[in-house]
Amino acid sequence: MNEGTLILYAIYVFMLAVFVGFEVISKVPVQLHTPLMSGTNAIHGIVMLGGMLVLARSEEPLLVWMGFAAVVLGAANLFGGFVVTDRMLEMFKSKKPSGRKG
Amino acid sequence: MSPKLVSDLAYLASAILFIVGLKFLSHPKRARNGNLLAALGMFLAVAASFVFIWGGGSPQNGMLIIVGIVIGGLAGTIGARRVAITEMPQMVALLNGCGGGAAALVSAVEFANFMAEKGNGQPVDPLGFGATLFGGVIGSLSFWGSLVAFGKLSGFMEKAITSGAQKALTALLFIALIANIVWIAMGAGTGAFYLLLGLSMVFSILMVVPIGGADMPVVISLLNSCTGLAVAATGFSLREPALIISGTLVGASGTLLTLMMCKAMNRSITNVLFAGVGGGAPAAAPGAAAVGGVQKSHREISADDLAMLLGNVGSVIVIPGYGMAVAQAQHVTRELADMLAARGVDVKYAVHPVAGRMPGHMNVLLAEANVPYEQLYDLDQINPEFERADVALVIGANDVVNPAARTDKSSPIYGMPILDADKAQHIIVVKRSLNPGFAGIDNELYYNPKTYMFFGDAKGAIGKLVEAVKAAA
Repeated sequence: MNEGTLILYAIYVFMLAVFVGFEVISKVPVQLHTPLMSGTNAIHGIVMLGGMLVLARSEEPLLVWMGFAAVVLGAANLFGGFVVTDRMLEMFKSKKPSGRKG
Repeated sequence: MSPKLVSDLAYLASAILFIVGLKFLSHPKRARNGNLLAALGMFLAVAASFVFIWGGGSPQNGMLIIVGIVIGGLAGTIGARRVAITEMPQMVALLNGCGGGAAALVSAVEFANFMAEKGNGQPVDPLGFGATLFGGVIGSLSFWGSLVAFGKLSGFMEKAITSGAQKALTALLFIALIANIVWIAMGAGTGAFYLLLGLSMVFSILMVVPIGGADMPVVISLLNSCTGLAVAATGFSLREPALIISGTLVGASGTLLTLMMCKAMNRSITNVLFAGVGGGAPAAAPGAAAVGGVQKSHREISADDLAMLLGNVGSVIVIPGYGMAVAQAQHVTRELADMLAARGVDVKYAVHPVAGRMPGHMNVLLAEANVPYEQLYDLDQINPEFERADVALVIGANDVVNPAARTDKSSPIYGMPILDADKAQHIIVVKRSLNPGFAGIDNELYYNPKTYMFFGDAKGAIGKLVEAVKAAA
């Protein structure tokens, strides 16, 4: 595959992901806005992989440290994001059985 | 199979899991599973990149990669476990900043690599190069903007700050940013790229600092989608479809979510970003503001009198706000509501879309206190009910019940949909003081002749009220 085709593929992927991103959350109710924001926040934690890739390629100390910082920040985003989202959604879980009584 | 093929297939599976996870996240019943699916997708993606990076033998800095993941992962997990439910919006802002910072750093390393390739006489891929600049600018913007949003939500700098000079400076910086990008396109080196990151930082701070605290949810949501786009850009420069897909999904869904939030507040995004709401009208000294030369006065009520009043009513609409959230008063509020309901009082909760600090924040808190889902009503459902309600019990809410949003064209919150608490027979406001709320404006509701003020922090005050209701029984 030549260079131009590869770039075009990347643009196709981007375009389709835009449509999917819009479509997939179009019916979200208001009470899920915060958990959804938090969930998408966790998904962009995938930037950690970018940090891993550049770190594995770098030799110059400055670049190594920047790559390392990217991995640390990305990992915090990734792990923290999923945990916070889960804690938010956990709140919604048990209300039906225990809430009825009151 | 080659390591590259294995990792590519795993990336494909993880992209599917992200999409299905997001879909589930927008359904109340399946939301938690949605998050778990997305987490599973992420696990696959991380495992895939281990296979890819270690596939060709031991990589450079392998130990550093693992140490970085452990440090960041532990910090993120511990922070996310410990943070109070009320402080989750700030936590999301902080984590979003981490993602933006990571994207900016990856872009910086990639830029240096591009420079090295260029130095070796290799042709530079223009799309990847452009994406690297974009990732750097947006990533840095997102990082610093999120830190400011974090500071605002933590109460370090709640008020909006605006001045003409600041606006002119922001415009000037925007021009400088463009000039810097042109300079790099014409061949400037890494120094120019670091300058670009710095300019983005100042630009971002100047953009977010003037925005009032009440609008922070929208800002965080917008910065969240910015980080998504910055991550997608790093995907373009690294040629990594997994990053392109995930980043773009977040960018697109985050943009839509931002617009939905604006709609819930009846504002446009440009209005939120450029109007400087919250600092527009100088906040009058509470209670001292004279309307038409008449000193405004309010009425206070004691716990016992309030218990008496509540003992003789048929319907109560509870309006919880951020004051209830910070005081962690959701449990004692539910206790009060349950006691009233046990006496045949019709209790409903009116949840404003942006009550608390983020849309849906209040639903999360009330769910934590086991408030039955059937008692929660949103704005459109509950507003027609206020006219028939005996009591509107406002607990720590302020701007979302401010009638100025309906009547006062000069008010910075004019046009925002509010809960019509002022239409109830009696209004009881539980609040620490007459101080203005997050938007920094005075509230006419407190001086309404139908209103009783019940001062105290939400938890203590409602606790006293619960005791008084018990004693009166």
